[in-house]
Amino acid sequence: MHVVVFTRSTPDTAAKVEVDGSGAVIWGNAATVVNPWDEYALEEAIVQAKNGGGKATVIALGGEMHNDALKHSLAMGLDEAIRIDDPELDPTDSLAYATAAAAAVNKIGDVDLVIFGKESVDVGTDQHTYMLARKLGWTMLSYVSKILEVDYAAKTIKVEKMYEQGKQVVTSKLPAVISVMKEINEPRYPSFIGIRKAGKATIPVWSLADLGASLPDKKVDVLAFNNPPTKDVVVEMIEGEPEEQAAKLVDKLLEEKVL
Amino acid sequence: MSVFVWIETFEGKASPTSWEALGAKSTLANGLGTDVTALIFGENAEALAQEAAKYGANKVIVSTDATLKDWRVEAYAALLTKLVQDHKPQVVIAVGTSRARELLASSAADTDSAMLTEAVELSVDGSRVKVVRPVYAGKILSDAAADTANGTVFLTIRGRAFKPNAINEGASAEVTQVDAVATEDSLNTKVEAFEASTGTVNLTDAAIIVSGGRGMANNPKDPPDGVADPAVWKAQDGYANVLQPLCDVLGAALGASRAAVDAGYIPYAHQVGQTGKTVSPDLYIACGISGAIQHLAGMRTSKVIVAINKDAEAPIFKMANYGIVGDLYKVVPALTAELKKRLGK
Repeated sequence: MHVVVFTRSTPDTAAKVEVDGSGAVIWGNAATVVNPWDEYALEEAIVQAKNGGGKATVIALGGEMHNDALKHSLAMGLDEAIRIDDPELDPTDSLAYATAAAAAVNKIGDVDLVIFGKESVDVGTDQHTYMLARKLGWTMLSYVSKILEVDYAAKTIKVEKMYEQGKQVVTSKLPAVISVMKEINEPRYPSFIGIRKAGKATIPVWSLADLGASLPDKKVDVLAFNNPPTKDVVVEMIEGEPEEQAAKLVDKLLEEKVL
Repeated sequence: MSVFVWIETFEGKASPTSWEALGAKSTLANGLGTDVTALIFGENAEALAQEAAKYGANKVIVSTDATLKDWRVEAYAALLTKLVQDHKPQVVIAVGTSRARELLASSAADTDSAMLTEAVELSVDGSRVKVVRPVYAGKILSDAAADTANGTVFLTIRGRAFKPNAINEGASAEVTQVDAVATEDSLNTKVEAFEASTGTVNLTDAAIIVSGGRGMANNPKDPPDGVADPAVWKAQDGYANVLQPLCDVLGAALGASRAAVDAGYIPYAHQVGQTGKTVSPDLYIACGISGAIQHLAGMRTSKVIVAINKDAEAPIFKMANYGIVGDLYKVVPALTAELKKRLGK
């Protein structure tokens, strides 16, 4: 029994991310962190592997910056880390991501559960998670807020999952791909020993040839990144006692036609 | 040749923002010179087909199979993928809710197609569809394109970024009923139970949002004896008895900053910002929110921003159209009273 979790490094959410003169996305000296949503996925992978008496492996797709996220994962207690990197692979192309990730899951074999955080906080996408499930031909259970039961012998899982209008209780066959929400657990902090161990770990890198994967044609062109137009507002301060302020503000909002 | 628009439904009704996809498609269908087919799956789909016509659909494909009653992506995606393979639409578009993103991505994977998500602007250049989409929670805009000459382009648009068409009461559309592709036996999942969300207004659909931050803990009311954490009690009392009445009079959704959520003042579902919801209402009223960069990223595209904060130096005032330096526990009740009077409620 094997649990696989995917992660990536992203700029700290407190970082000032902007586009420089050459059109590149930069975030100054700010650190990269594990994609915040992935912390819940990593925690759940550790818990599920322990419950199922199996192993938890963490995978990142992309360049060396993602070693930070992988080392953090190892320090938390994941058993193994793998990075998939290849000059042909653009991990921001979701179809390519899903195709390479599916090949990696198949190569590992014996995988019952793949876990993702609900989205990447940087590029704001979750489509790679759904695409991976389809490429594997597995069930997708998205926005899981609670795992109610798992039976790794009978290969069944029961979860609570969310969408905007409410919460479903769903039973499903395994293997499955799940994406998890903040509500699912309380991620642990890496231990001191974990950090030391992770620091020494060498992370294997798999190429597309190692995976035996051939990627679909790239269909999406990212043309440019731009800074959003600066909002030319000068704040209009409203003075007076609270009742006067309220009356003046309502006048303004009625003029703006937003009420 | 056609543009497909998936109309998301819930319990036999179209989701509030789903007609916006028919509005956005006008740009596309006019640019690509095609007609528009609405796809409506599940309960009551046939009745909704006529509503789709009024919002601008030329044709409607409906399926009311029992496997489509509950939301299950495997049943929906099997049908969408089949329709895409049979009809080869140039574009499949939907408003980017969690269900729409999952459904469209699944069929895009099945057919190795391009997918563009969360578009806030849309244009057509020959056979190419171009979008502008926010990344890094809106700190940056990305321009991306895909060519319909290379196959179907799947596209989700940001809720509230496009306006629905004006209703044309006289319009009608040709309706085709299709069978589901998956059978109950072939599906891996079963929905055992469903619990509808409480909370009155969904943040991403809301035209007005009233948000409270760490300043909610400055409630002058005294907590009852024996309360474990007075700050949490004060903030929770403030959300319920000071901000919620303002929400009620405005028909607004209740939001919060990450600081307030992390402090345990309010559940995560209310969080606005980079690790919460990205919102774009007509009016955003920030109460006791200082304006951390990751909060600003999540609400910067609001049309009008009002900030109420004790600290005149708070960064939120740099983003706001109107600012009030003062105690939210005095200003908000005054504002609620004034609005009740002026809006006749």
